[in-house]
Amino acid sequence: MNGILVTLRRFVTCVAFFAALVWLWHSLVRRGTWSAILLPDPSAVWIYLVGAVKDGTLLQAAAVTMRRLLIGYGIGIALGIPLGLLTARFRIFSDTIGVLALGLQTLPSVCWVPLTLLWFGQTESAMLFVVVMGSLWSMVIATDNGVRNVPPIFSRAARTMGAKPIYTLIFVMLPASLPFIVSGMKQGWAFAWRSLMAAEIYVTILTGFGLGQLLDNGRALSAMDQVIGIMIVIIVIGLLADKILFSPWERFLHHRWGTGRA
Amino acid sequence: MALVEELQVIAPSKLAVEHVSKEFRTGRGAVKALDDVSLSISEGEFVCLVGPSGCGKSTLLNIIAGLEQPDSGQVLADGKRISEPGRDRMVMFQEPALFPWLDVTGNVLFGLNLKPNLTRAERREVARFYINLVGLERFATSNIHELSGGMKQRVALARALAPNPRVLLMDEPFAALDALTREQLYGDIQEIWAARKKTIIFVTHNVREAACLGNRVVLFSPHPGRIREEFKINLDRPRDINSVELAEYSTEITRALKGYVNLEVAE
Repeated sequence: MNGILVTLRRFVTCVAFFAALVWLWHSLVRRGTWSAILLPDPSAVWIYLVGAVKDGTLLQAAAVTMRRLLIGYGIGIALGIPLGLLTARFRIFSDTIGVLALGLQTLPSVCWVPLTLLWFGQTESAMLFVVVMGSLWSMVIATDNGVRNVPPIFSRAARTMGAKPIYTLIFVMLPASLPFIVSGMKQGWAFAWRSLMAAEIYVTILTGFGLGQLLDNGRALSAMDQVIGIMIVIIVIGLLADKILFSPWERFLHHRWGTGRA
Repeated sequence: MALVEELQVIAPSKLAVEHVSKEFRTGRGAVKALDDVSLSISEGEFVCLVGPSGCGKSTLLNIIAGLEQPDSGQVLADGKRISEPGRDRMVMFQEPALFPWLDVTGNVLFGLNLKPNLTRAERREVARFYINLVGLERFATSNIHELSGGMKQRVALARALAPNPRVLLMDEPFAALDALTREQLYGDIQEIWAARKKTIIFVTHNVREAACLGNRVVLFSPHPGRIREEFKINLDRPRDINSVELAEYSTEITRALKGYVNLEVAE
């Protein structure tokens, strides 16, 4: 009973905070501090969003962007974890792929855009490549780090119980690295999301019209209600991703390992 | 039927350590951890290896476990040469070495999952049996971080017993626990040893602990690691660590141990 009340109170606090922010925004516009062209009223943004949902442009653009992001991110994780296991276990991989990962992780992946446009043209593949480059190296480094931090006693214990090296890698090293892998997933997500937005704003992709392009379109039309509307959508997607993609993992880590919530 | 078979008390192993030597290379040259060590352990015996740190007792345990290979000599389990870890010899370490991503039952199941010819339901049944045996039935679904040090070692014991090994190798398993918890575990381990009929090799530097648990206490001295002396402990079980007779044994063994350590200093 108490738990429900606490949850309710936290929810009300959160809603009240955002209502206050919108009200502040509204009253600043009403006072005429800035021109309505530079900063439209919240109601104008709301009207744009409702209209864009109704005529389908917003949902379509969101679907295009999410598809790029999720597929690219999925590839990044699917390649990053095995590569990280390899760099952690074999010196030859750590001296090659490991160094490469460290180097490329420092490169904002939007820097790949000029090259990928040449390689793939203004296509989905170009966008996917940028997203993969954004998430892959974080995953490699996080997994590598995670495996190296596993206490050696774990694999010794597994060996005495009859585990062979591959079994130990999958059923001991991998789950033991989970705290590192989850934080790598979060970092990879953040890099991929930022890079994709930058890339979508920066170049028009002929195969699909994403949120970034919609935002840039708003700028071209001087439609700040559209720009702000899309920004809000991008923020909401980011929040939802955090809740849907990462919260379950973090809850599991907190529950099993007894560590603090990140 | 498989389940009944699985839970049966099986015959413990006989072990023979034959002329085992092992050297470790360190920055300052080679250290002879074991020098021509021979020891025979009969079926179902409870043997304690005692000695100061560096005397090679843990190394010998690792070799019997199959985690390390001797430079020369060999160890036979029921006549067969040991070359790698095997489910017939399970190990308990000083740290519980439990997996934090699994709950208590999941940890006990880990070794069982590697054992062929059992169904899922049978594995769970076996795990439950051993969790009950170590007195943790109320904690079967607990997370590892929620348990006390003593409870963690009980889980580790259940995990080691679950594949029904013939030999239990214990490397200072109680060293990090408080005295009260330790005393409780001395009672439990003696009971389990009697009920499940395992050959147990127990490494410790605590002489009193060794005298309390072992049928035989084997004294090691370091540099190079050698067996110096053996003591038969002829006391009824269950033994109480605080009893006077036990204190007499441990005084005698401690005196002998000090002799070898002093000898070492003199050399």
